Amino acid sequence: MDFSFSPEQDDLRREARAFLEATPAPTMEQLAELGWVGILRSNDFTFLDAAVLFEELGRALYAGPFVLNEIAGRPGDDVWSIEIDGFVPHLAEVSRVLTPELTAEPADGEALATVDETLGLGRIARNGGTATDGDWDDTRRKLLVAFALEAVGIGAKAIELAIAYVSKREQFGKKIGSYQAISHSLVDGYVAVELGRSLAYWAAWSVAEGDADAELAAVAAKSQAAEAAVLACEKSIQAHGGIGFTWEHPLHRYYKRALWLEGALGYGREQRAEIARSLLS
Amino acid sequence: MDLRDTPAEAAFRAEVREFIAQNLPASSKRRGARRFEDEDREWSKRLGDAGYAGLTWPKEYGGAGAPYSHQAIYLEELARAEAPSHLGVIGLGMAGPTIIAFGTDAQKNRYLAKILSAEEIWCQGFSEPDAGSDLAAARTRIEDQGDHFLVNGQKVWSSFAHIADFCILVGLGVPEAPRYKNLTYVIVDMHAPGVEVRPLVQITGHPEFNEIFFTDVKVPKENLLGEIGGGWQVAMTTLLHERGTLGFALSATLDVAVRKLIALAKEHNVVDPILRDRIAREWVELQALKYTNYRALTTLQKTGIPGPEGSASKLVWSEANQRLTKLALEILGSEAQLTDGDGYWQYQQLRSRGNTIEAGTSEILRNIVAERVLDMPRSR
Repeated sequence: MDFSFSPEQDDLRREARAFLEATPAPTMEQLAELGWVGILRSNDFTFLDAAVLFEELGRALYAGPFVLNEIAGRPGDDVWSIEIDGFVPHLAEVSRVLTPELTAEPADGEALATVDETLGLGRIARNGGTATDGDWDDTRRKLLVAFALEAVGIGAKAIELAIAYVSKREQFGKKIGSYQAISHSLVDGYVAVELGRSLAYWAAWSVAEGDADAELAAVAAKSQAAEAAVLACEKSIQAHGGIGFTWEHPLHRYYKRALWLEGALGYGREQRAEIARSLLS
Repeated sequence: MDLRDTPAEAAFRAEVREFIAQNLPASSKRRGARRFEDEDREWSKRLGDAGYAGLTWPKEYGGAGAPYSHQAIYLEELARAEAPSHLGVIGLGMAGPTIIAFGTDAQKNRYLAKILSAEEIWCQGFSEPDAGSDLAAARTRIEDQGDHFLVNGQKVWSSFAHIADFCILVGLGVPEAPRYKNLTYVIVDMHAPGVEVRPLVQITGHPEFNEIFFTDVKVPKENLLGEIGGGWQVAMTTLLHERGTLGFALSATLDVAVRKLIALAKEHNVVDPILRDRIAREWVELQALKYTNYRALTTLQKTGIPGPEGSASKLVWSEANQRLTKLALEILGSEAQLTDGDGYWQYQQLRSRGNTIEAGTSEILRNIVAERVLDMPRSR
């Protein structure tokens, strides 16, 4: 039993983090230069390698179609998105859309005003689609795990921001992080994110290995990690006080992404209903 | 990353499973109301003889010197079989490791082997009526009388004290010294004159723990662990071991509880979507705790130091066990008011309220995570 990433995967994480700190909004061309585009189709990498990138992209609040394009997994020059719950993220930035009915649609349709402005949801016209091969269950499973990993990145970042803030902000002559009403609340957010991290890594490994538990692991990880990311953001906003509630502070962007992830492919309770069916049958 | 057993781990797991199948007395399954009966002592002795008691102890002290992963597998298999754990948990998890770290050769020779064999049972004398979470406020006197120590005072919440042969005791050794430099740590013979144990009945109705009164108890000088006034450091080692090795025992215990919960839900044909949501949530929480412990185990095996992943295990487990047992009562419905039958869930639910208090309250554990894991400003 070894539940750790390899030294190469740790290197990949360090490189990804450094790159995304220097280049917070990379283009698909830049990601292709790094060798990230097509990583899931490559025989040299596994889903676990991609998992490192998915988490780091979440942490960096990356706002592009890379993750969905990887999971759509289509060869060629098109950039793909995937229709999720009737909406297509990053519609304006892609050329093709994979649907749950396994059709490949042209990226024609209307852009929708989206709460998370960086998500750019759209609705496709659905004319001119063609049937395509693949396995939606497999695609959905990978989406669930990728969402869980993104959520872990977001939740961890939200808690880090809060810890940094309460460690320097003073009120009543003391650092506010020394008050247990503040610190215990952030500990609960941290613990929830760490539990989500364990589930997300387990799910990523299960998908990479084609493990028999992969479906349950993916569903469990998405339900818990996305809810944990929302919780972490809410606790972080509260700990920041008024400044955390402003447009100028970056927290609301993390929060809005977490809210998207929480609902994407169904809220946690829908995933838990699926788990209950499996456990109680 | 590979979450499967290695061939060596798989072989060890098979061996433990076979041992349990051959040796576990049928009547010794985990009971709703736990009592420390003689057959638990016999079972504990068998575990000791087979080398499972001190799996991670160094070989020179009678242990198996096995990797921590074997300890995790052993605990998982005990839980799977619903077998009772070794009776000497305080000796194995706390007193023994503390003696290995701070004890003299004479102390190691005298005590360690009989901890493993369950011939001698240990209890812990840390908490007092006025010193609970604040251990440094302990007031039980451990006076240096030249050729012996004289102990006077009262300890409380002491599990196993009624059957214990020895106690690891922390008390005030140097009253004039500043806080954290005034404590002394000794081994006390529970059969010595002046030691009196009174059972404390818990909200479950069972006397699982005790008060210990010490009245002019003479303790030989050779029973000192560490230095006079150096008891705080020794006690921190004990508590590190208490919490450090606890994670796997806890996820294994929770695994049993979740299995029983699912069986109960099937038996009652639970269709209520809210109950089903809560059952699924507890299953997810169990997986999360289990894999968090695996992450901590990997860190421990690679670095020799427990990682931050494990620091919250007890916090998570205790609250999960409280929710889960309460959920079981709701599935039972009005039957939950009765103690007819085995009363398993009724007992477990009441007992679970102690989980967030014993071995570090949830409030103290949140302080530890905040200050030592997350490096937030200290609260005091």
